[in-house]
Amino acid sequence: MSQGMRLDGVSKTFGEGAQAVEALGPIDLVIEAGSFVAVVGPSGCGKSTLLRLLAGLDLQTAGRIARAGRPLEGPSRDVGIVFQEHVLFPWATVLENVLLPADVLGLPREPARARALHLLELTGLSDFAEKRPQHLSGGMKQRAALCRALLADPQILLLDEPFGALDALTREELSLFLSRNWDELGRTALLITHDIEEAVLLADRVLVMSPRPGRIRADIAVDLPRPRTIDTPRDPRFVEIKQKIRELIFTPAEL
Amino acid sequence: MRANRWTKRAATPVVYAALLVVWELTVRSFAVPQWILPAPSVIATTALQWAPELASNGLVTLIETAVGFLAALLLSLPAAAVIAFTDLPRRILYPIVLGLQSIPKVALAPLVTLWLGLGELPKITIVILVCFFPILVNVVAGLEAAPKPMLDLMRSLNASPMMTFRRLRVPVALPHLFTGCKIAITFAVIGAVIAEFVAAQRGLGYLILISTAQAQTPLAFAAILLLTLISVLLFYAIERVERRLIDWSP
Ligand SMILES: Nc1ncnc2c1ncn2[C@@H]1O[C@H](COP(=O)(O)OP(=O)(O)O)[C@@H](O)[C@H]1O
Ligand SMILES: [Mg+2]
Repeated sequence: MSQGMRLDGVSKTFGEGAQAVEALGPIDLVIEAGSFVAVVGPSGCGKSTLLRLLAGLDLQTAGRIARAGRPLEGPSRDVGIVFQEHVLFPWATVLENVLLPADVLGLPREPARARALHLLELTGLSDFAEKRPQHLSGGMKQRAALCRALLADPQILLLDEPFGALDALTREELSLFLSRNWDELGRTALLITHDIEEAVLLADRVLVMSPRPGRIRADIAVDLPRPRTIDTPRDPRFVEIKQKIRELIFTPAEL
Repeated sequence: MRANRWTKRAATPVVYAALLVVWELTVRSFAVPQWILPAPSVIATTALQWAPELASNGLVTLIETAVGFLAALLLSLPAAAVIAFTDLPRRILYPIVLGLQSIPKVALAPLVTLWLGLGELPKITIVILVCFFPILVNVVAGLEAAPKPMLDLMRSLNASPMMTFRRLRVPVALPHLFTGCKIAITFAVIGAVIAEFVAAQRGLGYLILISTAQAQTPLAFAAILLLTLISVLLFYAIERVERRLIDWSP
């Protein structure tokens, strides 16, 4: 059972008085259970802020956020997060890093270990389970972070530019990897990215945000068949959607 | 390439040996009086002659240093945790701690001796005083050094403060702890010797004091060399422990 999320008039302002920065919103949004939503928008428009609100890491200044029909009350084990930086602990092995949620949440040891090893195998990291993160490439670190986010089998996955710091080839590889496995997982996902192609390749819907304070400027359905593959980017429909989003981002909003 | 590596390895000992030879020759050729600057060979024979006294007094200083250092470690860790994690005690205590840190602790040696008498206790107390602050300040900094993204990660998992402490803050603080320990151990030896200068019947500080008073300069040199050796060995021991405990690089 995956869960959906709902935002009503959600906004976020950092600081007070003269220093106040309106970072986000107001935003109204429904993320259907099991859907994959991508968010694109200019740098500094409040994408990470939105993700942190959905994760329960920050509190909105106004509006309501609900998950699975109930008001959000801080972080939850039903939500897995992959941060922009991989944030793996350098003192722990890759396996220990992936097992962190199990330790913190007190999940039974053996099944968690089996699941961790399975996820590492799925992401091609089996040989690195006992290695320290310093021995991993950037792409491998992000895959390990993805394994960690998936360990407790969250209903919702939040990804904040997870492949942003990687080279183009690695990004594409990881996008396809995520796409392949997405269809099986059937979870709700919100992906923040600055890569339009990545957004269209993965998502059911692409939200285009306006510059700060970020609002949803357009909500574009991606009606491409699944599973998406390495050939999907050649689909004329793919190119068409991509072009539409690009125009939305680069033409100033009418006032 | 191979020859080059050998040259590199041999360079340091060769330079040191050369310096010793220059020292020896200078002292001999200018007939420098022994009570001003003894030749290396004289220091060596004196050291052998006085070996039992050097050893027993060295042991006294070593024990004072080690006991004082370990006591400071035991005292500073809980204090650091209190300062790092509590709000009110921190606001009251930390300014006092930072103020106390700037007192030159060795200047307290005569007072401490006055209060605690002539035994080992005043020496150990001075060592504790000089070791406590560098360890404390570094551990406090270490406990607060956990990067925000990692703290967010723990928070996203609803980790308890205790869990975050164990799984994140302690490993992050560990290198800081060792930085503090390495600063402290160097001060510790100095503290012990100064405390012995003030009033003592044993220890290397005492030995240095009486041998210089009697113009037995070679013995003073031998004692100072032994003191240096103790200092270096203690530092090295801490570094060994550090390497065993911290086998990761960020
Ligand atoms: N903790 C914070 N305190 C103050 N301002 C912040 C904070 N976090 C983000 N902001 C501001 O909010 C705006 C949106 O930031 P962010 O959500 O990180 O943008 P994006 O992820 O889209 O690049 C930026 O102008 C940023 O400076
Ligand atoms: Mg961001």
